[in-house]
Amino acid sequence: MPVPATQVPRNLDIDRLLSHHRLMWRIRAFEEAALQANTEKLVLGAIHPSIGQEAIAVGVCCNLNRDDILSSTHRGHGHTLAKGADATAMMRELLGREGGTSHGKGGSMHIADFEVGMLGANGVVAANIHITAGAAHAIRLRGENRVACSIFGDGAINRGPFLEGLNWAKVFELPALFVCEDNGFASTTRTAAMTGGPGPAARAEALGVPAVEVDGNDVMAVDEAAREAVAAIRAGGGPRFIVAKTYRLTGHTAADAAPYRPKDEVDEAWRHEPIARLAQVLADAGVKGAVLAGHERDAREEMDAVYADAKAAPWPPLSRGYEDVQDAGDPRQGAF
Amino acid sequence: MATMTYGEAGKQALAEEMRRDPLVWAVGEDLGRGGVFGQYKGLVEEFGPLRISDAPISEAAILGAAVGAAMTGTRPVVEMRFADFALCAVDELINQAAKARFMFGGQARVPLVVREPMGMWRSSAAQHSQSLEGWYTHIPGLVVVCPSTPADNKGLLKAAIRSDDPVVYFEHKNMWALEGEVPDGDVTVPFGVARTAREGRDLTIVSWSATVHAATKAAETLAGEGIEAEVIDLRTLWPWDREAVFASVAKTGRLMVAHEAVQVGGFGAEVAATVAEHCFKDLKAPVKRLGSPRVPIAYAPPLEDMLRVTPEKIAEAARAVVSES
Repeated sequence: MPVPATQVPRNLDIDRLLSHHRLMWRIRAFEEAALQANTEKLVLGAIHPSIGQEAIAVGVCCNLNRDDILSSTHRGHGHTLAKGADATAMMRELLGREGGTSHGKGGSMHIADFEVGMLGANGVVAANIHITAGAAHAIRLRGENRVACSIFGDGAINRGPFLEGLNWAKVFELPALFVCEDNGFASTTRTAAMTGGPGPAARAEALGVPAVEVDGNDVMAVDEAAREAVAAIRAGGGPRFIVAKTYRLTGHTAADAAPYRPKDEVDEAWRHEPIARLAQVLADAGVKGAVLAGHERDAREEMDAVYADAKAAPWPPLSRGYEDVQDAGDPRQGAF
Repeated sequence: MATMTYGEAGKQALAEEMRRDPLVWAVGEDLGRGGVFGQYKGLVEEFGPLRISDAPISEAAILGAAVGAAMTGTRPVVEMRFADFALCAVDELINQAAKARFMFGGQARVPLVVREPMGMWRSSAAQHSQSLEGWYTHIPGLVVVCPSTPADNKGLLKAAIRSDDPVVYFEHKNMWALEGEVPDGDVTVPFGVARTAREGRDLTIVSWSATVHAATKAAETLAGEGIEAEVIDLRTLWPWDREAVFASVAKTGRLMVAHEAVQVGGFGAEVAATVAEHCFKDLKAPVKRLGSPRVPIAYAPPLEDMLRVTPEKIAEAARAVVSES
């Protein structure tokens, strides 16, 4: 992996970058708390940490408004936090507790917060692509100036919804932003080994969707690409595509030690992880180390408290298991 | 009352709902040209191409986009063209539409209608003829509708469009031209309420969709032999009107279920098992199911006909049930 050089713009918006740094640390600390919960066997199903990919969640979502739509993948904690969801409700959901975003009925892979336009993580790879195209379709039918954004992994580009969803967004010229978080792995297999042709950007371009590739570990680059894409979409320019190159610093799931990757590759990737890179930029710009360390400390304190709260939270009452199935033929009416 | 076809009744239902609610829209292949069976003819002229929308031949995207659009405040009516083609969008319907409300803890509603023209029609062979309605009843979250008359096609489609649940809506291709009386005005038919197509005291025949007409015809034949069959049209399979079936079985003491779908694992099995559980003491004879043999549907007319649940087969099976007690 070549060493990417962070492109430092001349006029740094320090406040914006500090905000990014704070949020990236919140995501990192949330994921670390989730891993701790997994170690303590309090997360029961699979969780898919996004450690190392925080810059994409932050750089994209900081360009979305609260009423813009976001959909995500099984690796969606960071995206959901960056869209503004409540960390306490999210951690409760990971632990399957009452007060979780889905009352403990969805877990990590179905985190959603419709209040902040987060239409759900999805347990099926690529399924969120055409759901997002449809959300953009609804936005257009309703004549609103909103954007629908889908973030998915590089594995998704080999599923049909990538073709069908991008084509759909293009033929209807919908206000949709597609972001491919290219971490190099489709589950535990190198995506390149299973992917024909020159990759995601070329595929999108072939469908008429303008695409850009960015260094996904450089939050400023992601922010800039997303800003331009969202502006073009809001101006009526139709869908846009961003490929953000990154590296998944953990295994596919918390249970995956990822023995299929050489240690030196992972060590090298850690040297380019996005939070440290941003911290370096900020330090070079004169931000004091104590400020940056404070972000980390605050984030860890917050997520420690969030985890403690989730551990203490009760299980959902059994009645939840029969709620929100359907109106007609509702199982609570003895229809089963 | 006005006389119109089954296809016309569905079109009128959609048009009325689109006039009533600007958030209702329809999307599918060839809708701008009226749909493959003409069931959308003229609608694009009234509502424009945004609300009567063509689509690429991308069933998964049609359904997946409809899920996203439904969760974002619109009410899409999706045309799948043939029920068989909806199998290209199984994830979107089963894993997404049916589950979103529950797995997001009630944050989502997916007010979506999936129209699936079903059944044997004009030698269409194995990939354009199936009756898969029973599958969908197995999926929590879905409503399953199988209208058999023009009046019900109008009233149930209107109810489906107004429903906040995802509705899988099966129209039988062999009935597009079927004429019948349709009530005037804004009449909806509630889900889960069966229709008694014919009253009788000797035997209950439960059916739905086009097979209701075969059952009614069989009942007329049986009446000439002194057997009075009661024909119950379930109209919706989920929810289904168990009380109406129980009441009829309490009266007749005999149950037969007839449907075009493959008998094995068909919805008839659910009806039969439920009656066996709840009405055992009312039964004078074993419950009888009649469906298609478990073989794919062939192209050649004699091979296709061989699979049909005809009035003759229903009458023959009914005689056997009655003679057993």
